Amino acid sequence: MAQVFHRSTNTIARLSIYGAAFIIALLGWAVYELSASPYVTEVNVAKDQPIPFSHKHHVGELGLDCRYCHTAVENSSAAGMPPTQTCMTCHSQIWVNSPMLEPVRASYRDDKSIEWIRVNAVPDFVYFNHSIHVNKGIGCVTCHGPVGDMPLTWRANTLQMGWCLDCHRAPEKYVRPRDQVFNIRYQAPENQEELGKKLVKEYKIQSLTNCSTCHR
Amino acid sequence: MTMKPNSNTRMDLEAIRAKQEAFGANRLWRGLEELAETPEHRAFLEHEFPHDPAQESDGVPRRDVLKWMAASAALAGLSGCTKMPDQKIVPYVRAPEEIIPGKPLFYATSFVQQGVATGILVESHMGRPTKIEGNPLHPGSLGATDIFAQASILDLYDPDRSQSVIHEGRISSWTAFLSQVADLRTNFLATKGAGLRILTETITSPSLGAQIQALLKEFPLAQWHQWEPCSRANVLEGALMAFGQRMNTVYRIDKADVILSLDSDFLYSGPGAMRYARDFAARRNAEGAPSKMNRLYVVEQGVTTTGAMADHRLAMRFADIGTFASALAAELQVPQAKGFEGRKSMQHKWISALAGDLLKNRGKCVLLVGESQPPAVHAIAHEINSALGSVGNTLIYTDPLEAVPDIDEGLMRLTSDMDAGHVQALFIFGANPAYSAPDFLDFSRKILKIPFRAHLGLYEDETAELCHWHIPAAHVLESWGDARAYDGTLSFIQPLIAPIYDGKTSRGILAAFQGQSDKTDYDLVRDYWKKQRSEIDFDEFWQTSLHDGVVVGTAYEPRTVKPGATLCSFDCGDAGAGEGLVSIPPEKIEIVYRPDPTIGDGRSANNGWLQEAPKPITKLTWDNSAQLSPATAQSLGVKNGEVIEIAFHQRAIEAPVWIVPGHANNSVTLHLGYGRRRAGRLGTGVGFNAYQIQTWSRLRMEFDPEIRKTGKTYPLAATQHHNIIETGNGMPVGQVDMESQNAFARDLVRIGTLDEFKKNPKFAQEMAEPTPPKELSLYPGFEYNGYAWGMAIDLNKCVGCGACVVACQAENNIPVVGKEEVIRGREMHWLRVDTYFRGDIDRPETYFEPVPCMQCENAPCEGVCPVGATVHSPEGLNEMVYNRCVGTRYCSNNCPYKVRRFNFGLFSDYTTDSMKALRNPNVTVRSRGVMEKCTYCVQRIQAAKIETEKQDRSVRDGEIVTACEAVCPAQAIVFGNINDKNSRVAKLKAGPRDYTLLAELNTRPRTSYQARLRNPNPEMPSFGKV
Amino acid sequence: MESAQNPPVIEPGHTYASVTDKISSIVLRRHTPRGWYFGFAIAFALLMLLNYAVAYLLIAGTRIWGINIPIGWGFAIVNFVWWIGIGHAGTLISAILLLLRQKWRTSINRFAEAMTLFAVSCAGLFPLLHMGRPWLFYWMAPYPNTMYLWPQFRSPLVWDVFAVSTYATVSLMFWFVGLIPDLATLRDKARKRWAKVFYGIFAMGWRGSAVHWHRYETASLLLAGLATPLVVSVHTVVSFDFAVAIVPGWHTTIFPPYFVAGAIYSGFAMVMTLAIPIRKFYGLEDFITMRHLENMAKVMLATGLIVAYGYMMETFGAFYSGNKYDHFMMLNRFGGPYAPFYWLLISCNIAIPQLLWIKRVRTNVAKLFVISLIVNVGMWLERFIIVVTSLHRDFLPSAWGMYIPTRWDWATFAGTVGLFLTLLFLFIRFLPIISISEMRVLVDETTEEKKTN
Repeated sequence: MAQVFHRSTNTIARLSIYGAAFIIALLGWAVYELSASPYVTEVNVAKDQPIPFSHKHHVGELGLDCRYCHTAVENSSAAGMPPTQTCMTCHSQIWVNSPMLEPVRASYRDDKSIEWIRVNAVPDFVYFNHSIHVNKGIGCVTCHGPVGDMPLTWRANTLQMGWCLDCHRAPEKYVRPRDQVFNIRYQAPENQEELGKKLVKEYKIQSLTNCSTCHR
Repeated sequence: MTMKPNSNTRMDLEAIRAKQEAFGANRLWRGLEELAETPEHRAFLEHEFPHDPAQESDGVPRRDVLKWMAASAALAGLSGCTKMPDQKIVPYVRAPEEIIPGKPLFYATSFVQQGVATGILVESHMGRPTKIEGNPLHPGSLGATDIFAQASILDLYDPDRSQSVIHEGRISSWTAFLSQVADLRTNFLATKGAGLRILTETITSPSLGAQIQALLKEFPLAQWHQWEPCSRANVLEGALMAFGQRMNTVYRIDKADVILSLDSDFLYSGPGAMRYARDFAARRNAEGAPSKMNRLYVVEQGVTTTGAMADHRLAMRFADIGTFASALAAELQVPQAKGFEGRKSMQHKWISALAGDLLKNRGKCVLLVGESQPPAVHAIAHEINSALGSVGNTLIYTDPLEAVPDIDEGLMRLTSDMDAGHVQALFIFGANPAYSAPDFLDFSRKILKIPFRAHLGLYEDETAELCHWHIPAAHVLESWGDARAYDGTLSFIQPLIAPIYDGKTSRGILAAFQGQSDKTDYDLVRDYWKKQRSEIDFDEFWQTSLHDGVVVGTAYEPRTVKPGATLCSFDCGDAGAGEGLVSIPPEKIEIVYRPDPTIGDGRSANNGWLQEAPKPITKLTWDNSAQLSPATAQSLGVKNGEVIEIAFHQRAIEAPVWIVPGHANNSVTLHLGYGRRRAGRLGTGVGFNAYQIQTWSRLRMEFDPEIRKTGKTYPLAATQHHNIIETGNGMPVGQVDMESQNAFARDLVRIGTLDEFKKNPKFAQEMAEPTPPKELSLYPGFEYNGYAWGMAIDLNKCVGCGACVVACQAENNIPVVGKEEVIRGREMHWLRVDTYFRGDIDRPETYFEPVPCMQCENAPCEGVCPVGATVHSPEGLNEMVYNRCVGTRYCSNNCPYKVRRFNFGLFSDYTTDSMKALRNPNVTVRSRGVMEKCTYCVQRIQAAKIETEKQDRSVRDGEIVTACEAVCPAQAIVFGNINDKNSRVAKLKAGPRDYTLLAELNTRPRTSYQARLRNPNPEMPSFGKV
Repeated sequence: MESAQNPPVIEPGHTYASVTDKISSIVLRRHTPRGWYFGFAIAFALLMLLNYAVAYLLIAGTRIWGINIPIGWGFAIVNFVWWIGIGHAGTLISAILLLLRQKWRTSINRFAEAMTLFAVSCAGLFPLLHMGRPWLFYWMAPYPNTMYLWPQFRSPLVWDVFAVSTYATVSLMFWFVGLIPDLATLRDKARKRWAKVFYGIFAMGWRGSAVHWHRYETASLLLAGLATPLVVSVHTVVSFDFAVAIVPGWHTTIFPPYFVAGAIYSGFAMVMTLAIPIRKFYGLEDFITMRHLENMAKVMLATGLIVAYGYMMETFGAFYSGNKYDHFMMLNRFGGPYAPFYWLLISCNIAIPQLLWIKRVRTNVAKLFVISLIVNVGMWLERFIIVVTSLHRDFLPSAWGMYIPTRWDWATFAGTVGLFLTLLFLFIRFLPIISISEMRVLVDETTEEKKTN
């Protein structure tokens, strides 16, 4: 009697068996890549802001200190966002008519806050404390990237748990002398390894990897 | 980043409506505890099974949608690509210099209850008050708070608070009200204020008192009435009887070696309760030094926390306590006690032993009488105290705290005048007589005769409904003011936040009426004190006072009094109703009215924390009940949850029965404060209103009601069960319920007498099996090189008030789940206070045991979690990682202490905006499907560690204070680093009374207990009996 | 060979053709019997109930169930263990009995395996559903992730994940491989084009050549070898969920053996419950003979006794240990709120099955059917007693509670029964419920016997 299938079916069948295995593996890999991709992590994705504030200009070129605006960074969990007041300390004198700065003046005039778009965010169940990191010799740029070169601010690191652990497991790879914390041009020396070990001892830096360090 | 103060907060009804629907749905769940223990219950169950509460309870459309969203969002997470939505950062325009984002600020102010102030410190995050702590400087609290102060912050954010001025049922405006007030003023100026009446609650505030007096000066014919449903009038009247003048009594419990409480719950309620608890606990020091351990005798009708702490307790009908007092007076041969000899026969052994002990400790003993007892009993107590030389030693008399002490008759006069049509305008400040006034006054009808009625209150309550005007009141955390503490100390009130719902104060309204509407409350208070303190540098005084919240050293001076009247007159009937001693036949049943232990006289009825806080002893939540003794229950043939009808002169209420071991026989306790008609979404229609049958607020006892079984049952939600007692059948004779028996068989609560302790200090540790040696474990033990956090709970100090439970709830964003879920055993409290009975069910000893997470070193929960969501920290904490938890509940099953709590549904309120402002920003708000538990307040630990790390030092002992430790009036809870051998907790753990629960399981708990000691009197008939 | 007194495993007078026709006709007949539709309708309705219950569970969360603190596990885990247990019979019959060359297995192994498969899929649902956040189930599997986190391998629940998934996979393979020759037969006998294609695809080009047969034999032997340890391992691991915990009534070393015995016990009961009606309905008395039923009855009796011994030792241990918590736990089972269920369990699992000692009972189809049902109930109760009564009164009396299933608990349970039956009905309709090829071999042998006698 007539064959139900064409000869080729055999080959197809065999192929499909092996194919399946690969496809599944491929999918898994794709998902992982996606979850680590800029699309999800927003790394290197500059965000539009109500005012095109340029760290490149203020910090990189004019050399403002981080703490001039982010005043709370040394003694609070939050680094602190500058009140409009802070902008106006200078911009009531310079660029007073620049249309670009109108929102700032408006904010100051009618006492309405500027609504910035958050760039560096961790989930609500993560309790990150700026002050302790700064006090233990972690530089701003270690996490926030080359802020001095950012015309519009972007996220420099994934801020995913794995990324945090990289440092929490081996702080010596990233610590710098306390006096260099706010130096955005700081280059890690050749001997970071031993310097790091030395600083870790000196600053009594613990490798805190237990959950309640960040999750409460 | 910054929280804008949330004006015009919109309310979201679904959530609580669902809860209310659920209230109707509990019928089936009643009696599940007793499944199969009584056949009719099984029948009932099978019959009822078709309608299942799960079904009725889930009419929660809006929240379901939210859950869908949550679920789908999470499912998206499955693919690994959860993308965080854009968030906004909203900085200040002009930053207030004292605020550092991310750092809380603390302000000192006062919490006022029935006029009396206790000092509090309020934690504020970016202008949002989030947590209340006690003010260590304040004599009334010494750093502790009670459940009411803790929970008051929830009222602040309550979406049910009245939010707008109401005029004749329509939304109106403050200015409109002011203009009408101005008209009134002109009219009354003409009539010298004839027919102008002001009704307030108890007022101790000097400035407000003065303001009202000033007003009365301007309008000589106006009158000021006060109304307090559960007032302390009897105390003041008692003093009047004894000394011819109203006096305030301040006890020095710390100086007393022997304390006798006649129906007084002085460790839990009334002015100074927290101070008394502190002083009492301080003298329970078993080790003896520096002073010897005190001894407490309690004679009471209901079972109170004070009674539970007693070394000797005598259950007695309310009515007989006066007789007891007079018999004691006679036994002590108090000079004025002639004519009482006849009474000696009563409880003679007991009294003589007691009298002996009192006489032995002349000058070092004190006698307290409960507020609800009639004045005569207070008078007798005053006589006895002076006869025993207590005056000046263990108690002092001072001027009354109240601005106007004669507070009781006020409402009666007012209503009669209303009826006679003498009242033209009535301003009601805070009081809610329409709900709490005795039925016979018929207040709700008579008030309608008044042409102008204005009501100021936090809620649009029963009284507001009857008034032309309702003005939303400012919460105590929103207002300026002052008040006096239990000993007269001056305490200041300052606002933490601008009135969220634009609330006003009595000060403001009075000022308006005095034609000074331009003056702010701040001006009024400040100006008053500027006048008072003219002699000193005022600004400095003002600054320090506000900073401290209290003016130290302003306690009233002791006043010398001379006892006048002879006691005999008290029971010779010439005294008015409720004044004198009554004697009712022993077989008659009496009804006793008391303010509810958690929602007071009803003003806290809409407070979820208080509604869900288990009431001491009974562990009931969300309801009041008719409480009676096992024997009485049997004679009436009723069981827990069966509804009885109690009828009194043509007025009747229906109340579910709750059997309380140790309750006086032939006596029924009814708690006031429930059965509100207009309390809010949580409080309305909950429980029954006992005011309805009360004849007069000062009559706390009436006898010989008609009690009738209705055949109905009503579901009551208790967080701890004593089945045999609850089911009523097979009531054990001469022993207590199975649960308690097992508790003691398992040495959970370890008790000894002082003598036993002196003979063998380690008795508690030798009671049970020791912990097995470390080597038994296959896994290597943890090393604790840095800190090792631990907690010690002294059962000898714990008075079982439950303040820790509410404090924990406030600190850790613990949700309120509602009555239905409590009945199903899903309450979320991280900390519970277990209650066990020992001895004879008719006169048992009652013991408390607070149970937080034990933070085991060998934690059974940790090993079984498949995803490692609960793990061990290098400092010995069992960390619970909510965001890792998938909710298998295996950890809870494997927790021998059952201290873990699971979010079976979405219990946290994600929808009510005002509640978001209340949350502690340092604690994750748990969503549905995750486990949670006590963390030793890890957020506080981490904060302290970070600060100390920055200062390059280690955490000092006492620098980290857990919420439960901070609030505890008795200082029974001590937290600290056990690696530091000098820490308080390490010392306690090294002590002989220290033991851990279920040590033989080798869980090695970090939370340990100090055994309870009793100090019985060998002379006592009950001595040695258990 | 076969001794005279034993009834044959296949009634005489059958030829290759008759066997093939009889069995394949069940699948290939033109008109589906009305009875099938009826049964399928009921099963499908229950399946829809499951969908409803699960959908609502995902919306409202586990609060719709009766579970609480202290009873964190209720019906979900009870049903999980019960279903997993039922599966075991299939694997035992197909794997172990194959290795032991028990010929009588041939006519029941096919749907016993199917039953295993369906039971496991029912069981597999519950661990997922009972989680507070089911959508995060994959956290229990070890996979590389941005959190640098692994599951906790100390937890028995993680062992479960591996045990059950392996079990499911192997059972599926086994069942499918066994089907291939028959699928080929159906392909060849089918008249409709779509049927030819449908069966053809799954027959994977089987032509019944010697090579095919040889590989087929080796494959099934290998799989049998693989499956054999699973019969023991799976329920052992499941029992660890309890034995590893410290809860009185869980924390006991006897659990693994008596869980396995219990599993086989319930499994055979279920095979019996299914076999009896099917053979009646499709007139397969010739193939599933009294011999089969009696053998299964014997297996039930044996395993039932092992279970009984398990209970005894559990009780003995509780009192002998001198551990006050175990002691109380046992007394609570005997006389506590759930005592009626405990005594019901004892009568279902221990008392009544003793009737199987009597040959008259063993050979009476009706009685066997009833007993097998009773045992199913009993084994379900066993899991209920273990899970619930142990939890509801453990160490701290203040934390004691009660567990009452809600309508949603029942709906989910009934729903999985629906899922099970639906799959079973589809299987009966579209696949040969008895292995044609193996039956042919039997025919061959039995005729051989005839010649020799």
